[in-house]
Order: sequence, then C-alpha cells, then structure tokens
Amino acid sequence: MLRLYVWLFLMFLYGPILLLPVFAFNDGTIIAFPLQGITTQWFGKLTTNSELHSALGNSLLVAGASSALSVLLGLAAARAGVRYAFPGKAGMLGLIMLPLVLPEIIVAVSLLVVAVQLFGLSLSLWTLVAAHTLICTPFAVAILNASFQALDPALEEAAIDLGCSRAETFRLVTLPLIMPGIIAAALISFTISLDEFIIAFFLTGSETTLPVYIWSLLRFPRELPVIMALGTILVILSILILTLAEWNRRRGLARAGAKDTGGFL
Amino acid sequence: MTDAPLIRLRGLQKYYGDYHALRGIDLDIDAGEFFSLLGPSGCGKTTLLRVIAGFEDVSEGTVLLAGEEMTRVPANKRPTNMVFQSYAIFPHLTVAQNVAFGLRKHPDPQAEKDRRVAEALDMVGLGGYGARASGALSGGQRQRVALARALVLRPKVLLLDEPLSALDKKMREQMQVELIRLQRQVGITFILVTHDQEEALVMSDRIAVMFDGEIAQMAEAEDLYRRPVSRRVAEFIGVMNFLPAKLTGTDVEIAGLGLVPLEALQGVADGDGAVTAGLRPETATLLFDGQTAPDQEAQGAIAEVIYYGDMTYYDVRLDGSEKPIRISMRNVFGRPVLDIGAPARVSWSPGAVTLFR
Amino acid sequence: MVTSPGDAVEDQTKRGLTLIAPPFAYALALLAGPLMAVLIFSFWSQDYLTIDRSFTLKNYAEAVTDPIYRVILGRSLLISGAVTAITVLLAFPVAYYVSFHVKPSRKSLWLFLITIPFWTSYLLRIFLWKVMLGFNGVINSALTGIGVIDEPLTFLLYNANAVVLTLSHAFAPFAILPIFVALEKIDRSLLEAARDLGANAMETFFRVTLPLAAPGVVAALLIVFIPTVGDYVTPAQVGGPGGLMIANMIQTQFLALNNAPMGAALAVLAMAAVTVIAVAIVWLSRRLSGGAR
Repeated sequence: MLRLYVWLFLMFLYGPILLLPVFAFNDGTIIAFPLQGITTQWFGKLTTNSELHSALGNSLLVAGASSALSVLLGLAAARAGVRYAFPGKAGMLGLIMLPLVLPEIIVAVSLLVVAVQLFGLSLSLWTLVAAHTLICTPFAVAILNASFQALDPALEEAAIDLGCSRAETFRLVTLPLIMPGIIAAALISFTISLDEFIIAFFLTGSETTLPVYIWSLLRFPRELPVIMALGTILVILSILILTLAEWNRRRGLARAGAKDTGGFL
Repeated sequence: MTDAPLIRLRGLQKYYGDYHALRGIDLDIDAGEFFSLLGPSGCGKTTLLRVIAGFEDVSEGTVLLAGEEMTRVPANKRPTNMVFQSYAIFPHLTVAQNVAFGLRKHPDPQAEKDRRVAEALDMVGLGGYGARASGALSGGQRQRVALARALVLRPKVLLLDEPLSALDKKMREQMQVELIRLQRQVGITFILVTHDQEEALVMSDRIAVMFDGEIAQMAEAEDLYRRPVSRRVAEFIGVMNFLPAKLTGTDVEIAGLGLVPLEALQGVADGDGAVTAGLRPETATLLFDGQTAPDQEAQGAIAEVIYYGDMTYYDVRLDGSEKPIRISMRNVFGRPVLDIGAPARVSWSPGAVTLFR
Repeated sequence: MVTSPGDAVEDQTKRGLTLIAPPFAYALALLAGPLMAVLIFSFWSQDYLTIDRSFTLKNYAEAVTDPIYRVILGRSLLISGAVTAITVLLAFPVAYYVSFHVKPSRKSLWLFLITIPFWTSYLLRIFLWKVMLGFNGVINSALTGIGVIDEPLTFLLYNANAVVLTLSHAFAPFAILPIFVALEKIDRSLLEAARDLGANAMETFFRVTLPLAAPGVVAALLIVFIPTVGDYVTPAQVGGPGGLMIANMIQTQFLALNNAPMGAALAVLAMAAVTVIAVAIVWLSRRLSGGAR
C-alpha cells in the first residue's frame, strides 16, 4: 500500500518534468498533444539566440559572483558560530539566517525601496549580486556550520602544537578539511542564484538573467519549444551538478572518517 | 638532576569567568621523569596540561620551561609537543606526511627529514606504514602516529592528554607498557593526564593527584598507594576500607579491630576524638584452620563472597563493627572458598592502618 | 563551547566578533536596513511620481477597508494554508517510507530521486503544469483521447485550485526532507519498546512515532507556508484573475501603479500575517507536544 503510494507520488513529482524532453523534440510550435514528429531544430535555435546567450552569461556572472561572496561571508559566520562565544551571538546569527524564512518578494521589495526610491541607484547586475548574496549566505552558513562542527578542534591545536601560525593552520589543516563543505556551499548558492526569479525581476535593469528571459518568453508561445529544449539541457546539467555535489559530499565524509548517514542538504 | 627542574610552575591560577579551574598550582618536574596528573573529570588536570602546552593562558602565576619564562609564549613556540585525546591525526595527509608535519620549517635537508620520519615510525612500531592513508588506521595505530609525530621533533616535554582512553582494555594495557619503554628509550619528560588510577600507578615515576583545581597529593606511585594523605585520595586510588576510630591519649580504639597504640599506626598522630582508620583489602588476611596471626587478630563472620577466579573478595562483618570490610585473598589450590555466614578470623597489622581526620 | 587554540575568554570574544562582523554588517545593511525602510515607506504616500514624506496611516486604512486588498490577502493565506496542509500530508508517508522501509545504503539515492525534479528551473516547472492542465494540455488530451470527455475541461487551469496544485508540487521536497530527518532521528528501540509493552502497530505509530516526528512536521509546515505566501510566479502563471496572491499585488503597486508606499504597506501586512501564523504554529506545536508528555 505504502509502496504503491510512494510510486504514485514519484509519478506526480516527475510527471511535469518528463514533458520537457517530449516537447523539446516535438516538431510543432504549440505545446500540446497530439505530437507532431521529431525534430532537433529547437536545440539548433538555442545556439543562435543571442538574447539567450547574453541572459545566460549574465546569470552565470551573477551566480558566480554571489556564490563566491556567500561562501566568504558564510565561512566567517559559520566559523564564528561554531568556535567562539561572544555577546549577541544568537541575535547576529539570527539576522544573517533571516532570509531563509522571509518570502523572497519581501527581500525584493525592500531592496528595491532602498536602492531606487531612497538612494536613486540605477539597477544593474551588481545590485542583483548583492541581493543574491544576501539570500544565499544562510545556505552557505548552514552547510559550513556542519563542516566546522565535524572538524575536531584538536586538529587545529595539533597544527599549532607542531609549530604552525594561525594562518598556516588555516591553510594547511582547516581549509583542506572543510573544502567539501565549501564546494557544496558554492554549488548550492550557485544553483539558487541561477534559478532565482522574483528578486532578479525586481532588481535587474536592462540586463536580464536567464529566469527573467524565460519569463519574457513565456508570453510568446512561438518561442516555447526553444525553452523546452533549454529546460531539457538544464535538467541534465542540474542532475550532473547534483551528482557532483553528492560525490563531493561522500568524499568529504570519507575524508573525515565519518559514517554515511544518508541525507544530503 | 642537579640543575633546576625542567618544568617549574608557580602560583598558577586559572579562571573561566566565575569558574576557578586552577587554584594555586606549584609544581616542579625534572628532566626525564614520567609524571602523571591524576584526578576525576573536572579536577583541572587537562587545563593544567594545556597551560603547560600553551593552549590556555593563566590568570596568574608563571610557567618556566628549562629555566625560560614561557607564561605568555604561544603553543607553537614552546619546546613541548602533545598527543591529543582524539589523536588529531590529519585525515587528509598520509602517515608520513603527518609525522613530517612539524618538520616543515626545520632547516634540515629533505633527506635528513625523511630519515627522521622513518626513524620515528620505526620507533613506534610503524616502520613501512609511511605511505598509508591516515583514514585507514586503527585506534592503536593512530595513537602511534600521534606519538611519532610529536617525538620526531625531539621536544623537551611530551604531553599526553588521556592518550589511552579511546582504546579497548587489551590494547590499553599493551600501550601502557610500550609508552614506558618508549619513554625510557628517548629519555624525554612525559606528562600524562589520566583519570585512571591504575594507569597512573603502572606508568609513572611520580603522580600528582588533583581535586577541584588543587594538587591534593604528589608522590611516587607506591607512596601514594600506601600513604594517602587524605580519605579522598585513598578512595580515589584503589580500594580502602574505612572504620570509625577514636583517639584516646596514646591509644586508638578501632571499631572491630580493637585498641592499639597510636604510634603503631600511620597518619594523624595527636589529639583526641573521632577519626577514621583505613585498611587496604590486601593488607588483611583470613586465617584458615590451624593458622595463627603473626600480629593482630580480629573475629567476625563472612557477609558476602565475590569470586574472581584467581582472587576471592570476602566482605567480613567484624564483631563490634556494623559495616563489613573487604578482604582480598589470592586463591590457593586445595583451599576451599568460604561460604556466606561462616565464622572468620582476620589477621591484620597496625602498620598497614592509616588514620584520617 | 569549544575553545580555540590558545584563547583566553577575552580573546574568544574578540575573535568571534571580528569574524561575525562582515556577514553581520552585510545583513544589517542589505536586510535590516531595507526592511526598516519598507516599514517607514509604508507610512508615506505617493501621488504619481512624487512621494509625500509626511506620516500617514492611509495605506493601512486602505489595505484594511478596500475589499480588493482584503480579499487578496485573505486568499493568499488561504491558498498557502491549503498548500501547506496538502503538501505536508502528502509528504509524510513518503518520508516515512524512505526512513523506515528503505535500506540504509539506498536512502541517499531515494533522497536524490525526490530532489532531482526540483533542481529544474522553477519557472519551467510551473509552465509545465500549465501544459499539464491547459485547454490542449496533457490531461485534457488524455481524457478526450480515451473518450471520457468530449470537450476539454476548462476548470483545471487559471484558478486558485491550479495554484494550490502547482505549489504543492513545487514544495514537496521541502516538506519531505525535514520530516525525513526527524524520523531518522527516532531511536528504533523506542518503537520496539512500545511493541514490547503491548502497543499494536497503529498505537505505536500514533503514540510514539508521530509525537517524535513532530519537530520535523512543524519545520515542514513553516518551510512550506512562509515562502508560498509570498509566491509570485505560480499565481501569475496558473492562477488567472481569481488566483492572484499578495505578491502579485505588491509587484503591481511597485512596478505598474507606481504606488510604492501602498506596496510597502501590503508587504508589511503580509510579513506581519506570516509572522503571526508562524509563531502560532510553533506555539501550538509546543503546547501539543508539551501536553503529550
């Protein structure tokens, strides 16, 4: 009974996704049944669409920059949270983690108010990088928290005992051991930024990101099969990235000598 | 040792906020000693070790190592090395890389460093393990790598923080013997932190027993066992029977054992009033048919029998005393184990009795 | 607290503060500040492009009295509530199955399987639901194809139900994961103990498993409820006029109507509503689990 239900649930989860490749290869501009025969022309159009290319480029730039910043901020916050006691700790960490429990529209609106209405800044990809860093940092903190917690403090003490300075200890011992956490945090942040729509919709100026571009295409059904082709590629890419992340996590666990407890995220 | 002691600690005080972790520690440890800090958890022994290592600042007091003032010198600049409780083997490095870690900035040429690493691994019985990944090592092997990694630097002092607590009983006993051998071989001062009194007795030249941030007694192993200065130390080291006793001028009246002259006993010497008499289980014996006591004899009955194979523990309720005392007897071929309720004659010597306030 | 090498107490404080300063300052500048700004903004007013900075409660009065805003805020909470309830109910058996009936070595794979669909572009997933539910969509084509209906069903898309369905799909893994984690933490010997003490499978589930999984369920409720209230894309795509939610209205105020203060007031109200409900969920769950002990 339960098994049957779970399989039905998986079908519910996968149902819409399975449509992607179906219509990506369907030789018809209308996304509906009956199917029209097979074509690869939509994939071909992907390569010639310069708007798409610039949107993708922008997205990669924003995702790259904001994931790098998030990891840096996350490293500092997680390290402080796991290793040190100081007054106001819970409150400060609480504010840093707050974006996790805020609807994204609120973050979007509040930044828009400040940037445009109060300071009259012109919107650019960098305002978006700033906003995405804000929402990705909590994820980075959560992942890096786990990394620092799994790190035996005696390892750092041992390095110091064996003559290392603080900086050397970080470079030679801490960094290599939390590297899987850093990679995981970067991948998650990258993925979140890459897929984020509503903040990007509010905060990008003339340059659009991929989700904003897809949004604009959703209004012109003629281009829809191209999106299906793009979506198919994105699914495959994200499966690859996820597999990579999982592999990286296991490697991290094996390194730390810990037992595989199963869950990622 | 003719010179000043290798380690000289004076007036050490350590506060963590309101918590007073070290309350005035004065301690001298000589070069080449195997010294143990023994005490229950929370007694300050690990804090003291970390103060010597340079991982903890002291609130007051001074730390001198080999005559040099070290109180404010950080851990990475001290001639001490540590074997951590968790061993702290770097999981991303091989065995040889772990051992070579402290030699990174050493001026020796690479070949010389390699030789020293190999030598250190040989010394701990891990010759040929250098290329192994450290993640694949057993607990005992990790312990050895930790030792080699510290000893390869030829420190003046090796600090060991509960190094055997993560091992099983057999492995622990084997490593105890190996650590003694190793210490004699390298001649380096070892300071061991442990909560295991047996381990401290087996391994150390001298032992400091710590309670509540203070050193309660510092002595050689045998002295500590035979002449504990307080009831608390006596209880912590081995097993001791305690009997109520009363000082009456030059004599002592011990419940169940009778009246003996004060001068025959150890411990508190003068005054009047209630005291406690302590007696180790192995210092008294049961008398079997036909045996006579060489010194004193007391009467009682067997209250409990605990059979251990090579030993039998008898709890004997002495006439005139409520609480039974425990007597340990080595089992001898042909001699029966006594039954509960059987009458018992106990032979004992006043010289083995310690009086406590 | 784990101490760091060579640190005295004062040192700890200093190092900790130095480390936390950059991320904290960042959150202060880009989150706390802007949120305050929104709050202040909501007490201002705007006439076309000029902003009147005198204090007024006009926006809030309008938001409370004008049926448009009232209806849309109420609908947002209702849709979110429905999505939350449905998602958590659907997710629990899946989490239970993976935690209790899947071999430990394969749990990772199962979680992987459950999360994969959600790393597809969010926009595309919602659009695909449009394809599923549309006039010429998958469901209508299939149903007409096998002759169950003659005319395509039109009630599938562009209403609140479509929003609920699409959001339930989108947030499924966010509900499954925390419940799964809570179930994994349950000491299996507790369940054996319950059976040993005479409880049947049903009683064991309701009196031991479920109460112990409660923290995961509460987390799932919050994780689904909070972001769905503020969701913009789903109602805009599959909601039709009757399925629009508060985020759509906020967006309209800001970007289309040029009435940022009104938008700010709606954002503040939405945030307040979410906070009140979230706190209520936590408080209720504490009371319930406190009563069970």
